[in-house]
Parts: sequence; C-alpha cells; structure tokens
Amino acid sequence: MNAGAVRLKGLRFDYPDGTPALRGVDLHISPGEGVAVIGANGAGKSTLLLQLNGLLLPTAGQVAIDELQVSRTTLAAIRQRVGYVFQDADDQLFMPSVEEDVAFGPRNQGLPPAEVQQRVQAALQQVGALHLATRAPWRLSGGEKRAVAIAGVLAMRPQVLVLDEPSAGLDPAARRRLIHLLQACVQTRVMATHDLDLVLDTCQRVVVMHQGAVQADGPAQQVLADAPLLARCGLEPPLSLSVRETSR
Amino acid sequence: MARLDHALQTLRALDDVAAGARNRGQPDPRALLLGALACIVTAVSFERHTVAALLPLALFPLALAIRAQLPWRLIKRTLMLAAPLVLMVGLFNPLLERETALLLGGVPVSAGWLSFVSILLRATVAVSTTLALVASTGMPVLCNAMTRLHVPQALSLQLWLLYRYLFALGAEASRMDTARQLRAGAQPRPSLATWGALLGQLLLRSVDRAQRLHQAMLARGFTGSLPSPALRWRMADSVFLAGWCSYFIAVRMLDLPTLLGQALLRGLT
Repeated sequence: MNAGAVRLKGLRFDYPDGTPALRGVDLHISPGEGVAVIGANGAGKSTLLLQLNGLLLPTAGQVAIDELQVSRTTLAAIRQRVGYVFQDADDQLFMPSVEEDVAFGPRNQGLPPAEVQQRVQAALQQVGALHLATRAPWRLSGGEKRAVAIAGVLAMRPQVLVLDEPSAGLDPAARRRLIHLLQACVQTRVMATHDLDLVLDTCQRVVVMHQGAVQADGPAQQVLADAPLLARCGLEPPLSLSVRETSR
Repeated sequence: MARLDHALQTLRALDDVAAGARNRGQPDPRALLLGALACIVTAVSFERHTVAALLPLALFPLALAIRAQLPWRLIKRTLMLAAPLVLMVGLFNPLLERETALLLGGVPVSAGWLSFVSILLRATVAVSTTLALVASTGMPVLCNAMTRLHVPQALSLQLWLLYRYLFALGAEASRMDTARQLRAGAQPRPSLATWGALLGQLLLRSVDRAQRLHQAMLARGFTGSLPSPALRWRMADSVFLAGWCSYFIAVRMLDLPTLLGQALLRGLT
C-alpha cells in the first residue's frame, strides 16, 4: 500500500474555552507505518487523533493525508481515507445487526449493494467475526464489540487506521487477537494508548506527547526503554521491557 | 429509574424480535408501515362512542404479532406503559357525559363510559399496531421505509437519532442512579437537591455522549442523511397491502360484529 502518508505541520488546537490542547505539533508518518502516540492523561493524544479525519479542525497549522489537506471542504474525501476506531465501541455500534453496522460506512460511501455485501463479508472475515454477522451488537462481549467496530472501519477500506485506546477493557485473549489483527493490517496505523506492551507488539515507532507537544519521536524499543524520558512525561516503561531488564 | 430500565429493556427486546422476524422473512417494510397507518387511521375515524365495531381492527396487530412471534408479555408490558396516559385522557368522560346511551342487561350505561371504553380500545389498537410494526421491522428499517416513502428526511432522521440517543441517555441515567444508590445509605429516594444535581449532570453527560456518537457516525461517512438501502416491492406486498386496506374499509363501512351476531342468531333460530 503506497498511499496513507500523514503530515502534521505546526498543528495547534485550542478548545473553545481557550485551553490549548496541541501546541505546534510537527509529524510525518510514512505509508504503512505503525505509530503509537503515548502520553499521560490530558497530554493531547486523543485531540491529535481527532484531527486526522477532521472530527476536530486545527486552530492553526495543517493536517494532510497524502496530498489532501484536512479542511471543511475535503472532509468527505478525508473520511474515506482515514478510518477511526473509537475507544468505546458502544459509541460506534448502533445498527440492529452486526452486518448492518459494518455496512453503515460503505453505504455512506455510496457503494452498490453487491460491493457493500462483499466488503462486509471481507471485513468480518478479517477480524474473525464472520460468525457474528447476524447477531445484535449489544449482545456481544467487549472483545467482540471491538472486533466489529474495527470491521466497520476496515469495510470502508481506509488508507490510514486511527485507533483510540484499542485494548481498553479487553481480556487477555481478546487483546492477543487484537494484536494479531493489528500486525496483519497493511494500512498506516496511528494509535493512542496507555498499553505500552501492545505498542511493543504492534508499532515500529512511538511519539511521546506531553502537555500538547511532542517530547520524543523514535523507534519503539528505543523510546520505551528511556525510563527518565517516560518518567518526565508521567509514564513508566512497559512491563515486558522491565522484566527483560530485571532478568539480565 | 427501574421503570426507565424496564422501558429500555422492552425496546431492546423488540429489536431482538424484529431481527428474528426479518430473518424469517416479512413483507416489505413500506407495506407494513402503510398497513399500520391505515389501521390506526381507521380506528381514529370512528364515532367517539363506537365500541363493538372497533374490535375487528385488533386482527391486524394480532396477525403481525403472530407472524413476528412477538411475545405476549411484551405487548402487555408496552400497553401497561401507555396505560396511565390513556386513562388520564379518558377518565373524565364518565363524569362529563352522564346521559344513558344503552341498557346492558338492564343496567344503564352512560355515553361517558362508552366513550371511555372506546378510547381504551382505540389506544390498544394503536399501541399494539405500532408495537407489532416495530417488532416486525425494527426502528432503523422502519426509518429507511419512511425515507423510501418520501417522508421528509428531517422527520425520519430525527426519529432514527432519537431512537439511538434514547439508549445512550437511558444507560447514562441508569449508571448515575446506580452510583447514587450505592452511596445513598438509608436514603433510598433522592432529595430534591440530589435530583437537581443528577439531572444537571445527566444533561451534561448526555451532550458529551451524544457528541461522541455523532463523531463516530461522521467518521464513517455520515453526512446528515440516512443510509437508505434499496427495498424490493413484490407482488405479495401489493396483495398484503390491498388485502388489509380492503378489510379496514369493510370494518369502517359495515358493522362487522353486529352483522356477525345477526348471522349467528339467524343460524341458531
């Protein structure tokens, strides 16, 4: 996949009450790259993610997906390119059956029914939820809901997959399935998470946010091993790295 | 709050019934919607003291409910939810219209009681028809049918979003009340001040949640109009609609229960 580059240039965002959430973020993510945005609560991670498909628009600066800049006039095209998986799957699932929910996005894209059906099947297959197709979303477990929410986004064939706390509330088995799923994704992936072990398993690169600005940006292994940096930003090294360090 | 939970559970249960009904195959939702509308309009069009002539209209919701395998307890639960409003509307009629309208086994029955019973019957027909309609189609499918019937998008979209936000709002209210109860100690009922705080918080949290729901829809390409998958109108749907409309016209033009009674009496003599 050659498309799906993300470019943020001097990105600033202030909330309506004047609170600055992002203070000039510069970032370039290459097509197909897996990037984790980490940081303490209130560091600006979710706000940053919401900029990527225009759910929030910058106060200043630019966001572009490939050559297309995010603005009011390009929202439809941007949202075809950038799929967003919300932290709470219940925010996303609302149609009466799983297959209808997964079809919501493709239908909004104006695709013909046969194509919608084919995409729904493929997306559910990809997340291992084909057997849930006729089930009601509110009857599913947390892990199943998350898988279906991801399928709903994958069915739109985005070039960039944005995930907000994808492992929140998942049991170990569902979390492991999510890791396999993310590892198999060919799209550019940008995720905000506190699950640093998940980051080690699924992302090559880590961006550390602190008070609305990028504090560090580099290879996951390197950044997550930098305990002083993480401590400064209100974080701790992932458990798997700490265990490895202790056993040496 | 338990009542709210109860009402939401009823709606959820209806969705489950609708999913099953759709899987088993149903007439086109437009035919069901138009049929239900015709049934309710017929019920409303009767003179206000009519009682017996309304009874045959119950056949339509009954047929839909049987076809959708709608459990009886759901119908009962929904009718109970609507009952206070219906009783409030009709309760004053026996006080206002006291003249005797008929003798039932020698007992005088006032016009007010007749109109009261008539209101109860109409409400039962209207509520159970609506319930059976939703149980046969499901709310999103119903909204799609409305869009396909050229009902203004603003109306069908409002209905669809209202339905969606209802669950979000109900869940939020239920969580808040549980949190209150767990720390309520010996005060099972909230004070007026607590109610105020709860309602204020509920409003703020609902706005927040509604925003997230809306964002989740926007992120999947929602542009303010409902996704409206194509529906297929078949000959069977025309037969279904024409058949029921003819039946409603017959019910309205002829007093079927009286005719049936007369025929039975003639048969007996």
